[in-house]
Amino acid sequence: MIKKIFVLLFLFGLSGISVCIANEKTESDAKERKEEKGEKKERKLKSDSSQASDTLGRNLKELVVTASRPGQDVIPAQTLSGDELRRLNSNSVADAMRYFSGVQIKDYGGVGGIKTVNIRSMGTNHTGVVYDGVELGNAQNGQIDLGQFSLDNIESISLYNGQKSEILQPAKDFGSAGSIYMRTRTPHFEEGENYHARLTIRTGSFDLINPSALVELKLSERVNASLSAEWINSSGKYKFRYRRVNPAGELAYDTTAVRENGDINATRLELGFNGSLPSGSWHLKAYNYNSERGVPGAIVNNVWRRGERIWDTNSFVQGRYNGYFGRFSTLNNVKYAFYRTHYVNNDDKQIKVDNLYKQKEIYLSSANEYEILDNWRASVSYDFMWNTLDADVYGFVKPERLSQFLSFATAFNLDRFKVQASGLGTFIHDRIIGQESPADKHVFTPAVFISGNPLRNKDFSLRAFCKQSFRMPTFNDLYYADMGNSKLEPEKVTQYNVGVLYDHNSQDAFLTAARFSTDIYYNRVNNKIVAYPKGQQFRWTMLNLGLVEIRGIDVTGMMTLNPLKDFYFTLRLQYTFQRAIDITNPADNYYRHQIPYIPRNSGSVIGNILWRGWSLNYSWIYVGERYNQQENIRYNYTQPWYTSDISIGKDFRFGKVNLRGMIEVNNLLSQDYDVILNYPMPKRNYRFAITAEI
Amino acid sequence: MFLWLAIGLTGCREDELVVPTEYDIIGDENYRSDIRGFYLVNEGNMGSNKCTLDFYDYRTGLYSRNFYAERNPNVIKELGDVGNDIGIYGSKLYVVVNCSHKVEVMDARTGVRLGQIDIPNCRYVRFYRGKAYVSSYVGPVLIDPEAPKGAVFEVDTTSFAITRKVSVGYQPEEMEIVDDYMYVANSGGYRVPDYDNTVSVIQMIDFKQVQQIPVGINLHRVKKDRYNKLWVTSRGDYQTRPSRLYVLDKRKGYNQMIVTDTIPVACSNMAIKGDSLYYYATEWNNYTSSNTISYGIIDVRSKEIISKGFITDGTEKDITIPYGIAVHPETGDIFVTDAKNYVSSGTLYCFTKEGRKKWSVRTGDIPAHIVFLPN
Repeated sequence: MIKKIFVLLFLFGLSGISVCIANEKTESDAKERKEEKGEKKERKLKSDSSQASDTLGRNLKELVVTASRPGQDVIPAQTLSGDELRRLNSNSVADAMRYFSGVQIKDYGGVGGIKTVNIRSMGTNHTGVVYDGVELGNAQNGQIDLGQFSLDNIESISLYNGQKSEILQPAKDFGSAGSIYMRTRTPHFEEGENYHARLTIRTGSFDLINPSALVELKLSERVNASLSAEWINSSGKYKFRYRRVNPAGELAYDTTAVRENGDINATRLELGFNGSLPSGSWHLKAYNYNSERGVPGAIVNNVWRRGERIWDTNSFVQGRYNGYFGRFSTLNNVKYAFYRTHYVNNDDKQIKVDNLYKQKEIYLSSANEYEILDNWRASVSYDFMWNTLDADVYGFVKPERLSQFLSFATAFNLDRFKVQASGLGTFIHDRIIGQESPADKHVFTPAVFISGNPLRNKDFSLRAFCKQSFRMPTFNDLYYADMGNSKLEPEKVTQYNVGVLYDHNSQDAFLTAARFSTDIYYNRVNNKIVAYPKGQQFRWTMLNLGLVEIRGIDVTGMMTLNPLKDFYFTLRLQYTFQRAIDITNPADNYYRHQIPYIPRNSGSVIGNILWRGWSLNYSWIYVGERYNQQENIRYNYTQPWYTSDISIGKDFRFGKVNLRGMIEVNNLLSQDYDVILNYPMPKRNYRFAITAEI
Repeated sequence: MFLWLAIGLTGCREDELVVPTEYDIIGDENYRSDIRGFYLVNEGNMGSNKCTLDFYDYRTGLYSRNFYAERNPNVIKELGDVGNDIGIYGSKLYVVVNCSHKVEVMDARTGVRLGQIDIPNCRYVRFYRGKAYVSSYVGPVLIDPEAPKGAVFEVDTTSFAITRKVSVGYQPEEMEIVDDYMYVANSGGYRVPDYDNTVSVIQMIDFKQVQQIPVGINLHRVKKDRYNKLWVTSRGDYQTRPSRLYVLDKRKGYNQMIVTDTIPVACSNMAIKGDSLYYYATEWNNYTSSNTISYGIIDVRSKEIISKGFITDGTEKDITIPYGIAVHPETGDIFVTDAKNYVSSGTLYCFTKEGRKKWSVRTGDIPAHIVFLPN
């Protein structure tokens, strides 16, 4: 109890003086900020990125603008971008995702630990992750490890429930139950500028060495290029503690140990070209990520170290072309990806494993929109995708998948109401070696989005959507050794959401911005793919067995105050309530119990102060009690956790060079917690960063 | 702000307590029996560290669930990860904890920890003349690092020191001792599709492997009956070759065991009392995407199936995945555990020897191995 009060006092103390610039902004803000006239459709390409990171003064102004354009999208997204993103104590995209409402992160701990995101309890596989306009795929297990994406070159992260409410987008983007859009920095040059360069060095706990560099060049009036490179090296070692007391309050055990085999050595290289055309634009990107990681594994009795290692090579090239011709617009994407995963288990107490997995993906997409009337638009998109997985595993069937996606969408903008409707047809054909291929699958999934300002006041709006989506069983679900089950059907999700938004902005007032939103939702997961036992020890198969019902409320609030000149104070709150229950079978002893690792209550608070180049950021994350297995009994109970992170930054200017220093303290109160059972998280840890930019 | 306040006030961390014991009143009391009760090991799913120990006391009629941590609060991270076998020898209780690479030794009456024996990837435990024998997937010397053979470790039951070890076949499972020879079922489960198919014979005097008897692929269980015949199960390859039950016996005048019979049933696990061998089998059917579960009784003298089911009151329909079986040595009550979906509490069923359900109780995750505690 004393600890509890302390936490609260501490928070009040800080929230009184802290600020943040994080906000829920709409994707279309980019549109408002673009300088080009006439090309009204260029919103997707226009990046707000370069503007956001030059000098602090400009940033501020910009961020205020950012918060001031609500309601352009039918359903606004939650976005973190620019400096606000940089000020959060986050190592990776997954860390930053913790500040979004309705999101659960599975975090296995440490710099190299796997981190996956689950939106509104529907399951990680229903989350689409889009990197610079093209969805990242993993046909093998359907999960994207967001821990692999460092924030270094990321300009903004947006979370869309349902789908991004654009109609000019690839057909696949209509397919996920929720999507995360990551956008990298796009060069933007002022008059007379020909290049930008940035060098950052981060170091800190876990023996972290993390230098990164960015060079942007203006090649011609219409073409520019950027190269971003990063190296992360960390021993991944951290202290963790397990402590138990008996009911009489006496200490039972208290042990502190060092997390082993969590090291990582990774490089990232990204090369991009951007060009503008008289009636459109193009973008080319090459991406390469290479890593060697230890897999720290579960801490169980008598086992404190494991011998699993993973080498990942993820490479892709992607290109995009946008064109605008009168009432007609087109968006075309191509991508080729190659993922190589080498998994080794060296533990001499266990079965030796040394497997190599190779995935290839080819993706082609064409989205086309026509403006039928001034307030009525319609689009057709077609995507083609080819995936293969090869592995040197006994009896591996080398699956190959051809997917085709065809979508139709339309948008009406009436006076005070906006309506969007879309339908996506998905056609999947799998081919496997040595066995009969499963039957082709066709799924149709519709969605409707509505928003409006029922009051004359533009600050207040209502929104609602309902959407069906599905996820295909992954290659692992279908074909993995004798665990896979090629008869699996797609897992379907239906979502209903209604919400209100109040958003008030006044440029130079004391209360610069205030925003409040609430969404209530009901989701249903049918045919959920679950592991089912085959009788002998730990032999499983996959079945379409689950039925899950999710009811939730997401609440976000934000305000920015400007009480003194150059003094900005922002507070952002986010809260999620979720009741996600398993209603598969009344005979199960976990019938109507909360599904594993979904807290009923979770939330975060971010406070931020900006004053003449200084920034102070405080964030508090809370994840309520959860159960680590289906049954909500005390043997499966997992305690709530809450961590306080704090960072202080200062901007300097030496002639043409902008310098920024940052000190971060994470888990300030050194709480000992597990996000996932038996995967202990680090105690208090530190990070220091210095960035030089010209 | 208020919401956040509410969370802050209600949902705080508390000191993490030692895992508490839960009690259920069963009421099946029996004061006169020479059996005081029984222990049940719940395996717990891999990586969950939820291997737990339950005890049923015939003197009080109380079922104690998960009592290890409360009895031994100072043991860091409790009993461990994936229990695989249990045995009582003299006054000591042994629990083999597979993924914690140890055999936990407790006082058989109190459950208080006496010590542990570190054996990598240990599987099953048997006892013979003052020593405990533990099979392990990992051999003492890695002759062929790509495919290390398994081993049997000999452990002194007073000092808990490993005294001898012998290399056997690949991934050895259960053992049984007949006339100074130990018979070890080798599975070869790490070598899919090249399963082992032999029973290793160890001469106990010099603790050497003297023979490997070919029996069937992927062997698992070995039980001896009162005529010193061995009943050995094969798991099959889960695809085309089904699970089978083999009988090994000595020819008259010879000291070598040979396969005398192949019983044409699938067998996952068995328990023998007197002349009756109770078995069940769980077989996955790819075509129907469901498990086919069967039960039966075999007469060990005639080697004939005398019953296709020892549960007579229809309760078998409630059992999702039978995972453990035991027969009360005095009353003949039959115990069957249900592991359900492996990641939720299982159920222990007690049937009379006529096959009618007497009682059932909630257990830990994956209830599997039972040992009776003599008075």
